[in-house]
Amino acid sequence: MAAPAKSGAFLDNLGKIYGMYTGGFFGFVAILAVLEQMGVPNVYIGYGFVFLTIMVYAAIGVLSRTAQAGEYYVAGRSVPALYNGMATGADWMSGASFVGMAGSLYLLGYDGLAFVLGWTGGYVLVAILIAPFLRKYGAYTVPDFFAARYEGNFPRFLAVIVLLACSFTYVVAQIFATGLIAQRFLGMDFVVAVYVGLIGILLCSMLGGMKAVTWTQVAQYIVLIVAYLIPVVILSFKKYGLPLPQLTYGQALVDIGNLEKKMVADGLANAATLKPHITPFLNYSPANFFALILCLMVGTASLPHVLMRYFTTPSVREARSSVAWSLFFIFLLYFTAPAYAAFSKLEVYSLIAKKTALADLPAWIYTYGKLGLVTVCGKAAASAEAVAAACSAIPNQGGFLRHQDLGINTDVIVLSTPEIAGMPYVIAGLVAAGGLAAALSTADGLLLAIANALSHDIYYKMINPNAPTKTRLIVSRVLLLLVALLAAYTASTRPADILGMVAWAFSIAAAGIFPALVLGVWWKRANKQGAIAGMIVGFGLCMFYLVVTRYFPGFGVKYAGMSSLLNPVTGAPVVDLVKAMAAPNAMDSWVAGSHPLASKVGWFNINNISSALFALPAGFITIWIVSLMTPAPSQATMDMVDAVRRPRGETIMQEKSDAVVAH
Amino acid sequence: MSNGTGDRYWARTSALMWTMFALWVFFSFVVHFFVEPLNSIRILGFPLGFYMAAQGSLIAFVVMLFLFAKRQEAIDRQEGVAEDQ
Repeated sequence: MAAPAKSGAFLDNLGKIYGMYTGGFFGFVAILAVLEQMGVPNVYIGYGFVFLTIMVYAAIGVLSRTAQAGEYYVAGRSVPALYNGMATGADWMSGASFVGMAGSLYLLGYDGLAFVLGWTGGYVLVAILIAPFLRKYGAYTVPDFFAARYEGNFPRFLAVIVLLACSFTYVVAQIFATGLIAQRFLGMDFVVAVYVGLIGILLCSMLGGMKAVTWTQVAQYIVLIVAYLIPVVILSFKKYGLPLPQLTYGQALVDIGNLEKKMVADGLANAATLKPHITPFLNYSPANFFALILCLMVGTASLPHVLMRYFTTPSVREARSSVAWSLFFIFLLYFTAPAYAAFSKLEVYSLIAKKTALADLPAWIYTYGKLGLVTVCGKAAASAEAVAAACSAIPNQGGFLRHQDLGINTDVIVLSTPEIAGMPYVIAGLVAAGGLAAALSTADGLLLAIANALSHDIYYKMINPNAPTKTRLIVSRVLLLLVALLAAYTASTRPADILGMVAWAFSIAAAGIFPALVLGVWWKRANKQGAIAGMIVGFGLCMFYLVVTRYFPGFGVKYAGMSSLLNPVTGAPVVDLVKAMAAPNAMDSWVAGSHPLASKVGWFNINNISSALFALPAGFITIWIVSLMTPAPSQATMDMVDAVRRPRGETIMQEKSDAVVAH
Repeated sequence: MSNGTGDRYWARTSALMWTMFALWVFFSFVVHFFVEPLNSIRILGFPLGFYMAAQGSLIAFVVMLFLFAKRQEAIDRQEGVAEDQ
């Protein structure tokens, strides 16, 4: 096999190879820009972007094919810290982060920053509590560690269940996002687009497992960060003469504040519904704001597809610095997102404040109105006639666009920025390629996490421990294909509920995995019984809160002591419980999202997105109490914990067939 | 490995962890409790409370992690448990 020699040369020249790749990508963008000026239609520019980038990812995926378990599961533990950081960045930042985050910040103002904080700060916990120790243990999957530390396959099995519960909805959302982007920019049918996206994902991951996914994710990170930064850098330069949007949007915040006052004074906005951008706690109560930050952070530190990236570094030391690099690369996008939101808001508010007549609305409103993503006067702004008809139905509308008339879907902000700012189409194509890279890379990581849990933990470790490497890798690939097909099929049905559930993944992972994982390293006395009880209690309570508040709210109120959530500004209940409970549909099961009580009830006014707030302490306390009530773990396990805590020495879990070729 | 040096290694590692954990609590939560008073201070147009949530805490997290990696490596070396010693 020529693979080891080739991969050695590859690893020695990473900087050169990815430098050339980045240069090539810029050259490619320049060529498309020239073609656009020469009159090539937009749709071909879009196709050029999407197909060329997917071909590059697929080529990397095919070149990185492997027949060794160590390469397939942990990329041969040879990924340098910096590159693993980039790969983690792509793995972490989903299609929704890329496309939707700036839009959420636009709509939620200060309160949306809970997501910015929550999705970055968790890496501190990853570095100080978890990643270096898992790397030293030498696991292939997160459940591997549970099996060794808690002495048996039942803890492993529980970890796999939690992993499946948090990862599957997440991967469906990624495939959905690839379909949506391909549909919007290429005009493909949505279902066809979903399966095209699926092929892109499978080409990257199937042949080379973690090794292939790692090197495609690095390539995808470069595309996504370039695509995210360029439009807003241009915008900042145009507006304030400085290409540093992260600095210049301070001025935009001042301007937004002035426009907010002006719109209210001129009767173009309703003082009661306009939420000033920088004022905190208008959308979330302080308790919900901080609970959300906590759940997102702890969830970050528990999601298996993130943790498994740190199994691929050459050493414990590199695992630590790799977490730092990961956060740095993630930070580049997340500290730019609020700038996107501010510039877009400034643009929109300027439009409203200058008293734009309904007949003079800019073209982008109709572009996205046709897709149902922008509404004026409560109806999709598909055309000037549709807007005029919708607004004439509102008494005293006045004929001008008012703040309360305009509705913007969160996805529009990033996608429309190039168009709103009058940039050439090539920039819009670049943004589409970036969104696609974000969604594909996250889908790859998640699919691999799911397939590895099924093939390594369930099949190899629990069903057939004598399976030869070849069989294991075949089983892995078949399972990867099946899970991917199931996820694509689910995405193609446009499941509104599943997309809403993605935010749950963080609480589920936090509640089910975090306590047992952290105590496994930091408290030697934690034992098998404690971990099993703690995982069941944490995961169970979290699922109970999520499912009851969303699908069985009537039962929650009647039997579980839940009450209505409160309006964060007025403190009044958001639903009249007495009236809602007296209604004939109050006790319905599996209620739709439109049910008057769905996701509007809970304990102590905590939104269900933060359900780990209850489940996390319950998990910790259960492990503590049950561990102390039952015998201490064996001396061998205690010694293993000692070894895990010290970087020096061999990894504890050794792969028989690969021990020789690991270096 | 549970000799005196080993215990000292873990004590120092734990102390570093708790320091970082306290900083994490501060930048994740404590500083944002004061968003409203901080917002009355403006720097380059940014209200300080908003800035801390949008950028300040994020920068702190990144810096903390690089410092952590460096400090922990120094502890590894001084206590003789680094990988390549």
